[in-house]
Amino acid sequence: MQIRNAVYFFREACKSIARNHLLSIATISTVTICILILGMSVLITLNTSTFLDSLESDVEIMAYLDQDLDNVGVKEVQEKLESLAGIETITFVSREQALQDMQETLGKKNYDLESTLGKNPLPDSFEIKAVDSHDVPDLAVKIEQIYGVYKVNYGKGVVEQLFSTAKWVRVVSLVFIFLLALGAIFLIATTIRLAIFARRKEIYLMKLIGSTDWFIRWPFFIEGIGLGFLGSMLSIIILAAAYGSLLNRVNTILFMPLVSGTNVLINLYLSLFAAGAVLGIIGTGISINKFLDV
Amino acid sequence: MLVQFYNVSKIYANGVKALDDISIKIDGGEFVFLMGPSGAGKSTMIKMLYREETPSRGQIFVASRSLVRMKKREIPILRRNIGVVFQDFKLLESKTVYENVSFAMEVVGANHREIRSRVIEVIKLVGLQGKEKSLPSELSGGEQQRVGIARALTNRPLLLIADEPTGNLDMNTAHEIMELLFDINRKGTTVIMATHAWELVKAARKRVITLESGKIYSDINPGEFTLCK
Ligand SMILES: Nc1ncnc2c1ncn2[C@@H]1O[C@H](COP(=O)(O)OP(=O)(O)O)[C@@H](O)[C@H]1O
Ligand SMILES: [Mg+2]
Repeated sequence: MQIRNAVYFFREACKSIARNHLLSIATISTVTICILILGMSVLITLNTSTFLDSLESDVEIMAYLDQDLDNVGVKEVQEKLESLAGIETITFVSREQALQDMQETLGKKNYDLESTLGKNPLPDSFEIKAVDSHDVPDLAVKIEQIYGVYKVNYGKGVVEQLFSTAKWVRVVSLVFIFLLALGAIFLIATTIRLAIFARRKEIYLMKLIGSTDWFIRWPFFIEGIGLGFLGSMLSIIILAAAYGSLLNRVNTILFMPLVSGTNVLINLYLSLFAAGAVLGIIGTGISINKFLDV
Repeated sequence: MLVQFYNVSKIYANGVKALDDISIKIDGGEFVFLMGPSGAGKSTMIKMLYREETPSRGQIFVASRSLVRMKKREIPILRRNIGVVFQDFKLLESKTVYENVSFAMEVVGANHREIRSRVIEVIKLVGLQGKEKSLPSELSGGEQQRVGIARALTNRPLLLIADEPTGNLDMNTAHEIMELLFDINRKGTTVIMATHAWELVKAARKRVITLESGKIYSDINPGEFTLCK
């Protein structure tokens, strides 16, 4: 594309946007709303999954040992645990340590557990962290089968629910984003179709005079991409302002820490900008192939 | 030889046979009338020249290039060498006289300075200097057709084709437009003009190809006093 042609294409695209200004405004606002909701869904997904990730990584398996296991037995259990794949750390917690921890949690002043109970009721245990928290349920089953392990505890049910909630949030957001994108594409396609219609006499003349196909197509592509850009730019401004002021005021919602890394947000905004352009290209492409007979 | 038709027939999709075995040759620099009643096939022949239609049978050459074998991407190059003038002018109503003419150069990607000097030149050639800023709606029919001719001439075509260019004009204005076309032809551009106005053709003393029901009825060149078929 030569520079003087580019100037001509941009001028034609701007004229067309101005000529159909009402429709252009409607399209830009729709793209804005679409990208805004898209951005919000992504932010919500991002925050939820970061939150879920942090919760998930906290998931630990507690393996309680038989009360009558001797030191050799404990050692054997530890060796078997170490031979399992997918385990990050194994920490031995002796029954004395466990009692102490419990007393600290409950407050030493009020209770003296040992004297109340007569003897230490707690078993020895291992605290096990998995490399990938998704493996926790499987690992728990295997650990339970080890000789000398009396009981395994990892918050069964809660973990599974966490995973399925995370998946559900992601799926719903994706469906939502997909439908919104379809709406935006449809509107851009309609705008471009009307622009082509408004200029059909001009297009016929251009063909007779000897314009190349791409010379005829470019102004429409620039118009469509421009509408996508303008819409996504507006939505990014709104989103950045809103999220920025939210971050200024609070940094957690319902104990959920908010994502605030500048890199993450810049990447998000750039992607939304690109999404606007992609919507523009697809919308324009549809109308140009269907309605521009070149 | 600028234009050659070899045994060209055209049958439209609806079965109408618009042209039936047409063979003609037109030299560079000629002025040729395509005469014939409405429905004779004049417009079909004209449209084939700039490849809006293609023959069902036969061959057409323009400047030694076959329009039948021409690839799609070569069509713009052909059309840049042909200027087309229409009965209904086909001006862009929202553009001024200047813009209607410069449009033809912009859309083939000419540069700015080139456009400016050439547009002023052709507007002067068709006698519209001073009207550059007028809109088509502010012009008479004859003036509008002059804009159409200026637009067709801007890219210095080898061939100017006009399909009933005086069809919407009164006799006096038609004669003025004819004078303009003769003038353009004298300056070297080949002109092919379709018309059913015998008065204009008679006065001109130029080559006349007469069509009837898609066949060549006569091809008379008063300058040469020859009569072919
Ligand atoms: N696009 C078309 N489809 C079908 N028939 C057509 C088409 N264009 C012209 N015709 C028919 O072809 C014949 C010749 O038409 P045309 O070339 O326009 O004649 P002229 O210009 O001499 O009046 C007419 O019978 C007309 O109805
Ligand atoms: Mg006709």
